[in-house]
Amino acid sequence: MNKAAERLYNGIVKENPTFVLMLGMCPTLAVTTSAMNGVGMGLTTMVILAMSNMMISALRKVIPDGVRMPAYIVVVASFVTIVQFLLEGYIPALYDSLGLYIPLIVVNCIILGRAESYASKNPVIPSLFDGIGMGLGFTVGLTCIGAVRELIGSGKIFGFQIMPDSYEPVTIFILAPGAFLVLSMLVAIQNKVRINAEKKGKETKIGTGCTGSCESCGESCKGGNTK
Amino acid sequence: MSSLLMIAVSAAFINNVVLSQFLGLCPFLGVSKKIETAAGMGAAVIFVITISSFITGLIYKFILVPLDVDYLQTIVFILVIAALVQFVEMFLKKVSPSLYNALGVYLPLITTNCAVLGVALINVQRSYSILEGVVYGFATAVGFTISIVLLAGIREKIEYNDVPEAFKGSPIVLLTACLMAIAFFGFSGLK
Repeated sequence: MNKAAERLYNGIVKENPTFVLMLGMCPTLAVTTSAMNGVGMGLTTMVILAMSNMMISALRKVIPDGVRMPAYIVVVASFVTIVQFLLEGYIPALYDSLGLYIPLIVVNCIILGRAESYASKNPVIPSLFDGIGMGLGFTVGLTCIGAVRELIGSGKIFGFQIMPDSYEPVTIFILAPGAFLVLSMLVAIQNKVRINAEKKGKETKIGTGCTGSCESCGESCKGGNTK
Repeated sequence: MSSLLMIAVSAAFINNVVLSQFLGLCPFLGVSKKIETAAGMGAAVIFVITISSFITGLIYKFILVPLDVDYLQTIVFILVIAALVQFVEMFLKKVSPSLYNALGVYLPLITTNCAVLGVALINVQRSYSILEGVVYGFATAVGFTISIVLLAGIREKIEYNDVPEAFKGSPIVLLTACLMAIAFFGFSGLK
């Protein structure tokens, strides 16, 4: 059971996909116009991530190495289709606000990344918890960005009025440029904290920025496809 | 004709794929260090998206809809795109080695570019005809190329500037993208 807790901690704090690994940028920026959308997208991704991690881990000895990437993609795409139908049926409001970005979860780097780097090498239960941990970390990241954008852009959080009536909402924060701005500031703050910590001589280990992860993500696909 | 032109202008400028729809951000941020590589990536994307929007359009119209299995679109499209990228790579290697050398590195990266799948799904969602779909795909990819080349040009200049320590790396790139997105808002006057 300790192993499960360790995986959860790893996903939420140590290797948080949004702030540390910088994976899955498209949905991160596109759907975080409000905190509620962030939570919805995060949880949807978490469910798919946990299910596909479990499935891929269970099948890890059956899938031949040469066709593993297409096989993973089929597994992920099937779960995405199932979840898409469930959302359409039971939570139509969320389905409408996420729209196109639900099917696009298929190409989310986080899911294929975890399948390749964790689920394909580990047993079912730790893989499940790895998926839940990573998914929760993603949810936390999206909710933070969504909350900041919603607070500044419309003076609310989760639809509740926070700012006083005299506050003039800065609409640009819920439009496209605001997404880039908020993420840029959050990463800069994180860098600042890290630099200060390093000055004090503390050993901190933070993963590479987006450039490295995305290229390595593409590289791993390249390896899988051409083999 | 004018409706096709409208689709093209709106896809390339007004609703720019990267700056207002956030599709294909990974290569946008990852492969934009130099103008040359950015242009190579852009060319590869134009090539693949145009072909894939044609093929997925055909498959949707003549296979998925008649068989009444259009709910399988996500699975089918992503597999078709992955296979197509492989085919394009092999085809180019045989037919035009010089083009292959120029685009080769970028082709495998495109499978993970969500703009390709995004365009295929949007074509279905807006029930575009096959011709409209191809025009939309081509224009979207041109929009992608324009914005990635612009960003690469700006990043080359940023190299010479004194960026605050905390903003080095991805924050300054995101900030640049933010300003570009604001600039692209100007195009909404074209509507």
